[in-house]
Amino acid sequence: MNIIICIKQVPATTNVQIDSETGRLKREGVESIINPFDEYALEEGLRLKEKFAGKVIVLSMGPPQAETALRECIARGADESILLSDKNFAGADTLATAYTLAQAIKKINPGGGSSTPYDLIICGKQAIDGDTAQVGPGIAEKLNIPHICYVRKIEEIKDGMLRVERLMEDGYDILEMKLPALITVVKEINIPRLPSLRGLLLAKKTKINLWNAEIINAEKDKIGMTGSPTTVKKIFTPPARKGGETISGSPEEIAQKTASRLKELKII
Amino acid sequence: MDYFLSEEQKMIVDLCKKIAQEKIKPVRQHYDEIEEFPWPIVEEMAKTDLFRIYIPEEYGGLGGSIFNLCLAVEELSKVDGAIALCLAGTALGTFPILLFGTEEQKKKYLPDIAAGKRLTAFALTEPQAGSDATAIKTTAIKEADTYRLNGTKCFITNAGEAEIYTVIALTSPGRGVRGLSAFIVEKDTPGFTFGKKEKKLGIRASPTRELIFQDCRIPKENLLGKEGQGFIVALKTLYVSRPGVAAQAVGIAQGALDEAINYARQRVQFGQAIIHFQAIQHLLADLATQVEAARALVYSTARMIDADPEKRVTKESAMSKLFASETAMKVTTEAVQIFGGYGYMQEYPVEKMMRDAKITQIYEGTNQIQRNEIALALIKESASK
Repeated sequence: MNIIICIKQVPATTNVQIDSETGRLKREGVESIINPFDEYALEEGLRLKEKFAGKVIVLSMGPPQAETALRECIARGADESILLSDKNFAGADTLATAYTLAQAIKKINPGGGSSTPYDLIICGKQAIDGDTAQVGPGIAEKLNIPHICYVRKIEEIKDGMLRVERLMEDGYDILEMKLPALITVVKEINIPRLPSLRGLLLAKKTKINLWNAEIINAEKDKIGMTGSPTTVKKIFTPPARKGGETISGSPEEIAQKTASRLKELKII
Repeated sequence: MDYFLSEEQKMIVDLCKKIAQEKIKPVRQHYDEIEEFPWPIVEEMAKTDLFRIYIPEEYGGLGGSIFNLCLAVEELSKVDGAIALCLAGTALGTFPILLFGTEEQKKKYLPDIAAGKRLTAFALTEPQAGSDATAIKTTAIKEADTYRLNGTKCFITNAGEAEIYTVIALTSPGRGVRGLSAFIVEKDTPGFTFGKKEKKLGIRASPTRELIFQDCRIPKENLLGKEGQGFIVALKTLYVSRPGVAAQAVGIAQGALDEAINYARQRVQFGQAIIHFQAIQHLLADLATQVEAARALVYSTARMIDADPEKRVTKESAMSKLFASETAMKVTTEAVQIFGGYGYMQEYPVEKMMRDAKITQIYEGTNQIQRNEIALALIKESASK
């Protein structure tokens, strides 16, 4: 079973700085980490590999320094890694990012005699910097494969079918879909492992494949800023909600006061 | 202090810090209370390759560096000296095989030990034979293809949980230490059972039990080194293992110092954080200096062993264990003092550190024995001038 994990390198804090002029994230001078939700994606991929054999390939689009994040994935047990780095990729919105990652996935050929180049693509549910949760499903659409978001458990993989539990606000759904497919995962799915010393030593030496727009046959007008139909108009912090009104007294008093207040507000 | 660690060594420190902070810290109080072996943590240590550090590459290890092992033990001990002992105690039980094992013995046991699949323990002490190894009573009498073991070992770290034991026993009773030999005894060998589990002041997550041998027959291939070499096996093992105890002590001391500094910055009395009082400042300054001095001594000794494993390190090894363990006891006691009444309470981490520190002055040779070793080395050095 070959699995592709899409990861993003993000600033190490949830308190990201935003450039007020461009509306984009400021990355300079901030320590970078693997997007925490992507760590669950990697862990799930590694567990599937341990169960079914195959390869785990990690894919990321980002600046050259995103290599560090990919090396960390190798240290934890990923077999190969690809960094999509090209100045023409810069400024991509979720649509252009999904297109770029999908183009790269079309190029991946892990070999090993499997009929499809990959069986499953796993993404974190969202990145902690942008918080859009759009790239995972976007990749699936571009590749024309089914997808399920917010997976909290993989129940079974059998006869080319995948059965999962999808986390909902008030419980969970059990869903099945045909492989190859894409899932995005939530933190409830597993506890990510730490890297091993042998993994860390290997990661130091390993080759990170560097792919640019040309290698993945990306159309110029579909990548980067040019390929991004959305632009950030304005970034602002929504005003904090004001505290509600407290009505106190005996139960009878509360009922009376509430009813008259609601009438006053013309709600009833 | 910058000790100019290599990239690999920094990697070991970083990884151990993660294990300590993410996996051990949340459960350290729990294991101290229930006094059970922390298998989930030991499995984590195995998965992350910590048991490979001190084993040569040809047996599935990462090179066999004592210094690297010390770095790992220190880092884990900053959070929990007892759980760190699961690693250090296994190293202690493995050293006799590393130092005196035949190629066959090494191939048979080391790969599993490196993978963390099987833990080990070292058994020298007996109820009547602590510092005085000449009083050992456990016998190993040769009978055709086997040795028959009889006797009791006590205070054995990792006992019951470990699967491979290196045991010192008398093959020629009456010949004193020259009659001692070293053996590998596997768990589940008929005639080999475990006695009572000790209730201890500290290092409670680490099991300490008796080993009982009653007509326990082991194959003659399990002899380590030659007959009569048992005392040498024990001594050489302790020379290389003592820096590990010292590293454990440095870790405990550093952990307590860090807690004390944090607490002193937060605790307000007489209208200000107590760290603003010179009484606290000078105390912290002295403690920090002692911890750094202990660390420098331990690192130097460990590097000396790695540079030339054949070199005699009796004196340096004893010095590092002596100084680091005295430092750990001093620093943890003062840390409790800085915490005041809170320090005495189990809700805060320093009382446990103080309880854990005490053992480092006692095991693998009491500090009185360390002083004997150092003095003897001084006399020898002086006489040979």
